[in-house]
Amino acid sequence: MSRWPARLVFGCFGLFLAAPLAVVAGVAVNEKKSLTFPPEGFSLAWFGEIFANPEWFSALLASVGVAAAASVLAVLIALPIAWFLWRWNAPFARIVQVLGLAPFILPPVITALGFLAFWSELGLYGEPWTVVISHGIFFVTLPLVTLTLGFDAIDSALVEAAATMGADEKTVLRTIVFPLIRPYIISGLAFAFVLSLNEYIVAYMVVGFTVETLPIKIFNALRYGYTPTMAAVSILFVAVAAAVFGLIARFGDLPRLLGAWSPRDE
Amino acid sequence: MSKPRPRRLADYAPIAFPAGMLLAFFVVPFGIMIAISFYHRVQGGFYEPAFEFANYQRFLTAFFGGVLGFSLGLSSLVAVVAVVLAFPFTWLLARQRRQVQVMWLVFLLSVLSLSEVIIGFAWSTLFSKTAGITNLLVALGLMDQAVSLYPSFGAVLAGMVYQAFPYTVLVLYPALSRLDPTLVEAARTLGASPFRAFFNVIVPSLRNTILATIIMVFVFALGSYLLPQLLGRPQQWTLSVLITDQAIYQSNMPFASAMAVFLVLVSLGLVGLSLLFGQREKA
Repeated sequence: MSRWPARLVFGCFGLFLAAPLAVVAGVAVNEKKSLTFPPEGFSLAWFGEIFANPEWFSALLASVGVAAAASVLAVLIALPIAWFLWRWNAPFARIVQVLGLAPFILPPVITALGFLAFWSELGLYGEPWTVVISHGIFFVTLPLVTLTLGFDAIDSALVEAAATMGADEKTVLRTIVFPLIRPYIISGLAFAFVLSLNEYIVAYMVVGFTVETLPIKIFNALRYGYTPTMAAVSILFVAVAAAVFGLIARFGDLPRLLGAWSPRDE
Repeated sequence: MSKPRPRRLADYAPIAFPAGMLLAFFVVPFGIMIAISFYHRVQGGFYEPAFEFANYQRFLTAFFGGVLGFSLGLSSLVAVVAVVLAFPFTWLLARQRRQVQVMWLVFLLSVLSLSEVIIGFAWSTLFSKTAGITNLLVALGLMDQAVSLYPSFGAVLAGMVYQAFPYTVLVLYPALSRLDPTLVEAARTLGASPFRAFFNVIVPSLRNTILATIIMVFVFALGSYLLPQLLGRPQQWTLSVLITDQAIYQSNMPFASAMAVFLVLVSLGLVGLSLLFGQREKA
């Protein structure tokens, strides 16, 4: 097949996916406080504003803090499930796995409303830390999927060899399983981190009136006064996501992680 | 080697923490939400325990019937458009060199992880009068004056397809990258053009995958919450918007919960259906 039809298709889709981001990037470098495109003048001051303006900076800190804590929590929940399913033949544990996959498959508004009802009933509505637990549960699915793939990829001969040579379970875990699983832990963490950083509705329902995360801040800015800082933050988020996924691709097998056969399997 | 069954109670210890967490923070909230959907609403934003179907009966009113119909229709449209666009794209992608695939996957994941707020903001800028594409058309002499293209149904649709497209590609990617390449080769050897091979061999052999993907994307699109608000008019608000509106602004948790329970039933039913389609293909 000649190459140009494929190139044309990729070009069109690339344009479709990149156009809105390009416009936002253009808006972000406006010199004056206006959202015009093409930009009038060129200035990176709005990127500086994210860090210089205490409102934007505190939203940035809140988002990064929530995302860091929630992604660690999600991995702490997902890791034992994936390990247990790999180690033991326990049908009931499949139920736990399905529970871990459910929040991500259902429309997010449902999980968000569940949390709102739950935290209100407990009288904890609006407590800043509740969003960490809520995001930790909501994003369990991602590390669960990457870790399940990771455990499946472990060559059982390695584990058997170690056991035959007298290694006990703890030694096998420490010297064989953990090093093989580490890349999947990192990618699970990264997926959960990036998505938590961008998540709006769960955060809004749970702590919308007490904590301002960046997505909530951008939404409020959309309603009550546009500023190019919103565009700068958006571009920052795109850059963070691209960097994180680029690193996963650099140090891991992204196509395999996303379900394609790797050339190594063939 | 078949895996052993856990023997002692201590073997279960590692899974106790995740099971407990999911039980306490997912199953219990879910249960509370279902319970509240049967509660009686008291004026002033409160509710009291009861067992009544009043919240569910409100679905039968013309207004909520309209919102429901619109939500389902919009999500179906988004799902079909996204799959029609993403299927040929993913098929071509899965046939590229590895580095090209990785580059696109990184790009798609970056767009997929973008906050709905950012997607909504980006499209509202692209469709705006001051920074939008109509300025480009004016510059090219195709239009006299820049106009704002939102709020409108088309804007909501464009934003939601944009949001759903990377998701659709990633759902289709495993099936299409594992597809037996000899299928196309055989068709080509027998004299079919690339387009004919694609439509007469590839598409029919993945009919169930396509159906399952449409359903998955439909459920994904049902969750869209900010785009209808940012790019549409109130007539274009979806069930997700309405649930949040009832819960936060109208303080009517019982009704919001009833709508959420309904949305769960629709989603679960459809996900079950898509698993059924997916299963049949493997068999």
